Amino acid sequence: MLTVKSIHTYYGNIHALKGVSLHVGNGELVTLIGANGAGKSTLVNTICGLIQPRKGVIEFQGKPIQSLPPESIVPKGIALVPEGRQIFATLTVEANLQMGGYIHRHKREQIQEDLHRMLERFPILNERRQQLAGTLSGGEQQMLAISRALMSRPQLLVLDEPSMGLAPLITKEIFKIIQELREEGRTILLIEQNARAALNIADRGYVLETGKVVLQGEGTMLLQHQEVQRAYLGKGAKQIVDA
Amino acid sequence: MPIWEPQKECVSRDELQQIQLERLQATLNRVYRNVSFYRRRFKEMDFYPAEDLAELKDLERLPFTTSEDVSNSYPYEMFAVPLREVVRVHSSSGTQTNPRVVGYTRQDLNNWSNLVARILSAGGVTQDDVIQVTFGYGLLTGGLGIHYGAERVGASVLPTSVGRTERQIKIMQDFRTTVMASTPSYALVIADRMEKLQINPRTLSLKYCICAGEPWAESMRQEIEERLFVKFTDNYGVSEVMGPGVAGECLEQKGMHLQEDHFLCEIIDPRSGEVLPPQEEGELVITTLTKEAFPMIRYRTGDVCRILEEPCPCGRTFRRMSPIRERCDSVVVMKGTNIIPERIGDVLEELKGARPIYQIVAIREGHQDHLEIWVEVTEQFFSDRMREQRTLVEVMKEKIVNFIGINARIKLVETGSLERENGHVRLFVDRRLP
Repeated sequence: MLTVKSIHTYYGNIHALKGVSLHVGNGELVTLIGANGAGKSTLVNTICGLIQPRKGVIEFQGKPIQSLPPESIVPKGIALVPEGRQIFATLTVEANLQMGGYIHRHKREQIQEDLHRMLERFPILNERRQQLAGTLSGGEQQMLAISRALMSRPQLLVLDEPSMGLAPLITKEIFKIIQELREEGRTILLIEQNARAALNIADRGYVLETGKVVLQGEGTMLLQHQEVQRAYLGKGAKQIVDA
Repeated sequence: MPIWEPQKECVSRDELQQIQLERLQATLNRVYRNVSFYRRRFKEMDFYPAEDLAELKDLERLPFTTSEDVSNSYPYEMFAVPLREVVRVHSSSGTQTNPRVVGYTRQDLNNWSNLVARILSAGGVTQDDVIQVTFGYGLLTGGLGIHYGAERVGASVLPTSVGRTERQIKIMQDFRTTVMASTPSYALVIADRMEKLQINPRTLSLKYCICAGEPWAESMRQEIEERLFVKFTDNYGVSEVMGPGVAGECLEQKGMHLQEDHFLCEIIDPRSGEVLPPQEEGELVITTLTKEAFPMIRYRTGDVCRILEEPCPCGRTFRRMSPIRERCDSVVVMKGTNIIPERIGDVLEELKGARPIYQIVAIREGHQDHLEIWVEVTEQFFSDRMREQRTLVEVMKEKIVNFIGINARIKLVETGSLERENGHVRLFVDRRLP
């Protein structure tokens, strides 16, 4: 579904992505893990068209998208749940969801239908549908951000650090939701710092290090990988983040 | 026959190329970071994996790695992970001055078992089979490689290892062996011995013979199939790259499927080093895509073959390699061991400080391969006292068996009697294949 081939992305003179290749197949949950500054978010931004790569190809459904602006990429079927949630704090929960369906704005019925489905699926959002989104808790905001992204009926859902700033228990819940989405057959690219939690639910994973992929493989394999354990899981990590 | 990992072995070519590119980039990034040998070489030619490998074809810019490079890195220089992460070490026979040592991480062993499981499945093996592994267990990769793969498939494994043919036959009868993993020549040794013991092969439960370890001819396949009532499949391995599990034939018997999601294969002209179209005959060059402890970049196998691109009726999309009929260097392959004739000279030289004129002859008696070393008698080398001479021959024999692990017969011949070409004695003569 998504194929990234040897992309190089720069911020000014800083070479942030150095020949990164990866792919996400239909119905797969693929995770990208790495330390701070490894280039994870840069990759997300490049895929979503927020930054253009200097070299390389990004294909979505077989067509190159690397030179498209973000507003042309969303209608193609890629939805981003951005880092730090970025919900519209001064709008109500319901309005946030409606905004998520913006590309389908001429299909009122579809939006209404999807809105109901989201509210049904996340009862807590239903309870707070008229509340301003800024008043929600971190976990609720994350659920809102995910359901807002789903409102565009994407073929590929890109989640950028969904566990960031959330308490462990809430993180666990968010990952449960991601896993459910995968079981529903959605295709997901999950960018995470919480390597253990991400690899636990992922089909496959890539490890990014200073802008390069240094390891890739099945989630369970990476989870047991000594290098991953040493660098990203740490000693005793199991007791702390057993999400 | 079931395919062990259908979603992987039947992947589309496009998808495969993407997987290969991703894995190749990760492999190069890792060797550049972790292996000084490769880092030095890449730097010398101004190649930075992150910058310069945008597509698979860019690999062609990199230099080859030879068995000599591996031998010179004895024992651990080329390992890409710290030794504490290595859980297994294998080593080739001492064909070079130093043996070639290879290591495996836990994940490497996992992949290896899986790859061998694919090959065994392709050759007809299932969990209902009883498989007798007659390859050597030890530092060489053959025995343990097949063993772990067979366990992965779920077959009942009989690790009988090499030799003691009559015991092998008894086990085959009593344990109702259904699959034999052996060299082609050993399969025929078994057939001969059964004939001698007047055991009808029809009374056995044998169904498949999984063969590897030496060159064979189509007539041999036919003979094995007819005499043992089995289906014969060929498979290919290289210790430096993995061991068994690199490629294996399916029951179509039309060449060995290369495990292309784990190995990138090229065919080159052994003289010029130029990359040839895959369907042309040349030397097989392999780059590992998933090996962790001992990644290999463009390893020259010395084996001559072609890569067949036509789709196979079995459904696997991996291309196939033709059987290995010859080597492009002077390496002699016998009983799964690679022997370099020059190194035999080194061993002989050590004895008296002078290099005798010698020739290595591989012969086949019945179905058994033998190694003979013919040495010309010169004054400085030999004494006319029979006893001393005999002792020297014994010492030579012992040195050789210690070095290559194969018993050789030493024959003393008259000065000047060895066949010469342009004044040089040919170091190796193969009298095994008709």
